[in-house]
Amino acid sequence: MKKNIYEKIWDAHVVLDEPGRDTILYIDRHFVHEVTSPQAFEGLRLTGRKVRRPDLTFATMDHNIPTTDRNKPIEDSLSRQQVETLQTNCDETDIVCFNMHDRRSGIVHIIGPELGLTQPGQTIVCGDSHTSTHGAFGALAHGIGTSEVEHVLATQTLLQRKSKSMEVRVEGTLGIGVTAKDIILAIIGKIGTAGGTGYVIEFTGSAIRALSMEGRMTVCNMTIEAGARAGLVSPDEKTFEYLRGREYIPADRSFDELKAEWAQWASDDGAQFDTLVELKAEDIEPQVTWGTSPGMVTTINGRTPVLNELDGDDAKTTAKNALEYMGLSEGECLNDVEINRVFIGSCTNGRIEDLRDAAKVARGHKVSKHIDEALVVPGSQKVKAQAEAEGLDRIFTDAGFEWRESGCSMCLAMNDDRLNDGDRCASTSNRNFEGRQGKGGRTHLVSPAMAVAAAVKGRFCDVRNWEFK
Amino acid sequence: MVPFNKLAGIVAPLEALHVDTDQIIPKQFLKRIERTGYEDMLFYDWRYASDGMVPNPDFELNAPRYQGASILLTKDNFGCGSSREHAPWALNDYGFRSIIAPSFADIFYNNCFNNGMLPIVLDSATVERLFTEVRASEGYTLSIDIEAQTVTTPSGEAIPFEVDPFLRDRLLNGWDQIGLTLRHEDAITAYENARR
Repeated sequence: MKKNIYEKIWDAHVVLDEPGRDTILYIDRHFVHEVTSPQAFEGLRLTGRKVRRPDLTFATMDHNIPTTDRNKPIEDSLSRQQVETLQTNCDETDIVCFNMHDRRSGIVHIIGPELGLTQPGQTIVCGDSHTSTHGAFGALAHGIGTSEVEHVLATQTLLQRKSKSMEVRVEGTLGIGVTAKDIILAIIGKIGTAGGTGYVIEFTGSAIRALSMEGRMTVCNMTIEAGARAGLVSPDEKTFEYLRGREYIPADRSFDELKAEWAQWASDDGAQFDTLVELKAEDIEPQVTWGTSPGMVTTINGRTPVLNELDGDDAKTTAKNALEYMGLSEGECLNDVEINRVFIGSCTNGRIEDLRDAAKVARGHKVSKHIDEALVVPGSQKVKAQAEAEGLDRIFTDAGFEWRESGCSMCLAMNDDRLNDGDRCASTSNRNFEGRQGKGGRTHLVSPAMAVAAAVKGRFCDVRNWEFK
Repeated sequence: MVPFNKLAGIVAPLEALHVDTDQIIPKQFLKRIERTGYEDMLFYDWRYASDGMVPNPDFELNAPRYQGASILLTKDNFGCGSSREHAPWALNDYGFRSIIAPSFADIFYNNCFNNGMLPIVLDSATVERLFTEVRASEGYTLSIDIEAQTVTTPSGEAIPFEVDPFLRDRLLNGWDQIGLTLRHEDAITAYENARR
């Protein structure tokens, strides 16, 4: 029988399938961070249970940590306590923890692939919804709650019900200045933030194949914003080359042998899916969100909705509230909307290729005087080091951006990087929910190139018309 | 977990689509390392007029008639966004044991069951009708019977709902999920050995 990648990975990880019960599914990799794990470790202590496979569990601190001077203690006492708690929990249970002083540290979804911990065919979980990122490698990866974190720590398994499968096929060639971020925002705009609920998505088609691994990670990262359980891309030569030589790739086996093994996970030709969604790459333009949900998105030359053109009271009320929160009028063109803050980074767009894209646009330009703060936060310390080796940091600082240490930073504003009430931000992150980047802050999700262009102009503009220097 | 079979309680309406976990509990409260004590942080940015914990009179849940509510009635895609289990913890600490909506976000839905809470999916038309009924009569209550899989209105109408039998049994029995899985430790070990 021809199988898609989800069916293959699922079938290979079934520990026990009893009628009338959820399937017990084996977990190959468990990533842990400071925010969603303390209660899980506490649960183990209270019940006298042990971590079953510390060797398959890897931890890092990313949500709470400052992006400024790492040699100073964390000022916020609650953040400090949470970070210290994770270190203690890992020390007590023999879990490897890449703490914020480790050169391998960074956002959990960036360091997993970077270290070669993420591999095709694996099941991967983490107490974080953007775990879907790892799906770019052909792994079945998704976010879990803290009770499930405890369950995985204790049993190395998870109870699961099988999802339906959806193929999202993007054929064609992206236009210049159009990126992976625009693809996924366009997909969410098309199917809605609940369009993927109950599904695992496989992204296929020539436009997805043409993306770098970084681009595929951006697409899979925001699968959760479409409501899907996980998003995957079948592994190919690009996947394997990305992983070659990375720290946790088994050194005792020949790489050709590993490649052959990994290649088997790809969906079979002619595999079936429950649903198909198709997009043409040529139709995708640079995207900008206008509202308070990632599905509230249009193109740079698009307009906010006109309320009486919307169907149904719920849609009208939701759009009206969003426009009010965002301080925009109905039918307003996104091009030329003025901003005062910029954030480049996050598990969505904090990888080296994102920074290269952003630097190309920034080179030789200056951040507008209307911008109060423009941050570039690398996704990991390795990304930071790589960018510095390529001189990207200088391009950013010469243009007037701040160059920071790695972390989640202003994507969710748990540390000191946050918007003030009324700030309007061009952000490369993944959520434009009310207050996400700071209470009263207004977030517009865009690609790194679009964020830099907006920083330079002080307003949104079409990066396809950019004057590159 | 305490077995959960029946619930009768006041229903509070939250008339919004796509209520995300950042609204249910904002990030500044995720720094705690405890599992309980989140009741005052629920819907924080909507619930208080300012950061000074002054209740916002325009937020419907603050109305005296909805105090003590244990059932939340809301709209599509409730709980979308992050995987934070602080969201069901905050709802539970506030007193909500069941949430009724036309649809839920996936991770949130599972997190509810792991905390002995029951999210109930009813069709949009029924949810609309319940909104009307809740607003029409103060002290409006619903009775939920998990075993029978029904929601009963004050007029005696029993509305059936679907729930996965295993999830239902977990609530009815208050099973410790980890303990249940660990009963199959041999199977886990066998799986690990077979893959070596």
